[in-house]
Amino acid sequence: MIDRYEMRLAGSGGQGLILAGVILAEAAVLDGKNAVQSQSYGAASRGGASMSEVIISDGEILYPKALNPDLFLAMTQQAFDHYSADVKDDGLIVVDSELVKDTSGVDSEVIGIPIIHIARNLGKVIVANIVAIGIITSLTGLIDKKTVEQAVLARVPKGTEKLNRSALNAGFEAGDKEVNG
Amino acid sequence: MRARLIQGNEACVEGAITAGCRFFAGYPITPSSEIAELMSLKLPELGGVFIQMEDEIASISAIIGASLTGKKAMTATSGPGFSLMQENIGFASITETPVVIVNVQRGGPSTGRPTSPSQGDVMQARWGTHGDHPVVVYCPTSVQETFELTVESFNTAEMLRVPVILLSDEVIAHMRERFVPPENIRVIDRKRPSGGDYIPFADDGSGVPPMADFGSGYRYHVTGLIHDETGFPSEDPEVQRKLLERLMNKTERYRDEITFVDEYHTEDMDICVISYGSSFRSSIHAVNELRKKGVKVGCLKLKTLWPFPGEKVKEVGETVKKIVVPELNFGQIGDEVRKYTHIPVIGVNRYDGNLMRPEEIKNAILEGVN
Repeated sequence: MIDRYEMRLAGSGGQGLILAGVILAEAAVLDGKNAVQSQSYGAASRGGASMSEVIISDGEILYPKALNPDLFLAMTQQAFDHYSADVKDDGLIVVDSELVKDTSGVDSEVIGIPIIHIARNLGKVIVANIVAIGIITSLTGLIDKKTVEQAVLARVPKGTEKLNRSALNAGFEAGDKEVNG
Repeated sequence: MRARLIQGNEACVEGAITAGCRFFAGYPITPSSEIAELMSLKLPELGGVFIQMEDEIASISAIIGASLTGKKAMTATSGPGFSLMQENIGFASITETPVVIVNVQRGGPSTGRPTSPSQGDVMQARWGTHGDHPVVVYCPTSVQETFELTVESFNTAEMLRVPVILLSDEVIAHMRERFVPPENIRVIDRKRPSGGDYIPFADDGSGVPPMADFGSGYRYHVTGLIHDETGFPSEDPEVQRKLLERLMNKTERYRDEITFVDEYHTEDMDICVISYGSSFRSSIHAVNELRKKGVKVGCLKLKTLWPFPGEKVKEVGETVKKIVVPELNFGQIGDEVRKYTHIPVIGVNRYDGNLMRPEEIKNAILEGVN
C-alpha cells in the first residue's frame, strides 16, 4: 500500500523534466494507481528553472503538490540548493554527478549518477530525462518496469523508440546498481 | 471506462464536446491555452468550428453570434482576456444568449503572473460587467470535476439562457490526474419555439422564453438596450422593471438545480472550512488530517460560487463555532460568507503565486481550540 509518495524533479528548462514527470505519472495510472503531476515554470520555457512533481498513491490524492518529497532529482546545482532542504530526512536525493558537485548540508541520502553523461554515450543528450525515469523506477520500485517502458514508448516521437528504450534500460541498470550496491 | 492521466484543461475540452459544444472562438492565453489548442484539433473533426480571433472582445462576440444561430459555443481565457470580455458578458445576459466562458485564473491584476495560480477573479466573475445581471459561476477542484462542471456549464447556459463562467485556476487547469469519463451524462438543450407566432422574449411561464435559431425561419431583433417582448428597445419603466426582474429571477427560481455544494465530515463538526477551487485541495488535506486527531472539523466545497449558496452557509453558521475560508486572494468569498453569519469567519489568504499549504489552514482551524 502506497499512502503518498512524493517526487520532485528539478533542473533547467529543456531538460525534459516535465515530460519525465508526466511519463512517471502515466505509468503509475497504467499500473492501477492514483497519480497527480504538476509543474512550475517561468513564462520563458527554455533555460530557466523548471520543476515537475509527481505524487503516487493507492488512495485518493488530496493536496496535489509535494509537501516533503520522498524522492528528489536535481539536475542542476541551483535546483539542488533551492529544494534539497524540503526532502524528507529519510528521503532520497538523486543528482547528476557532473552538474551537481556540492551536495553538503542535507540529512537525506544523496546518490550521484552521471545521468547526462550516460545519455551522451547513448548518442543524444536529450534522452537524459528517460535515463532519469529508469533510475527513479529502479530506486523506488513503485511501478513495474514493463509499465514504465510502455508509458515511455507511448510518449516519445515515432522513430526514436530504440534510442529511448536503451536510455530507459541504461537508467534501470544505473538504478539497480545503486540498489544492489 | 479506462482511467487516463489528463490535464484539467484537457478535461474541460472533453466536457465541452460531450455537452455538445461545436463552436469555439478564442485568443490563447496562459494558463488556458491548452483549451484553444485542443479545440482547434478536435472541433474540425466533429464538423464544428474553431476560430482563433484577433482578441478577446472578438472572441466573446463570435461565440454570442454562434449561439444565436443555435450552436453551443465556448471561449476560454485568463484574467487579462476575461477583463476584455466583460462588456459582452452583459450583452449575453440581457439578450439571454447561452454561452460558456472559461476563465483559468492566474495572478493579477493586469498581466500579473501568467504561470502561477490565483483565485482573484471571484468578484469579477459575478460583477465584472456593469448593471444588475444574472450569471452562474462554477468552480472545479479536480480534473474529474472540471469535466463534470464544464458539462453543467453548458446545461445551465442552455436551460436558463444565461452566460455561465467556469472559473478554474492554474493549479487545476495544468495538473494532470487520473480521469475516468463518467457514464450516463445528462445533456440539456435549449428550448426552441414550436411554430405559431413567435414573440421572442415573451415569458412562457417558465421565466425562460424559447429561443429560435437565427436562420431557421424565425425573425427577431437582438439588442443590448432594454427591450420589450418583441425584442425592440423600450423606455417604458414597466417594461424595464419586468424584464430585469425576470432576468434576475432566473438564477433564483432554478437555484436548487444549479447550486452544487459537497459536504465532508459535516455531521458533527464544530468548525467548518468553506472552500473552493484549488485551495479546496489544501483544505480537505488539512481537514482529514485533523479529523484523524479527533478535531471536529468539517468542510463545505462550493462547486457553485454564484449564485452564492448563502442559505447553506447560514445553516452551517447556526451549528458551528467558527468558519475558516482559505482563498488565493484577499478574502473575496470570506466577505460573502460574512453576509450570512455572525460567528467568527477566519480568512486564510495567500497571494504570492503559490498554492497554500495544508499547514496554514490547520493553524487557522486550531487557533483558539484547546
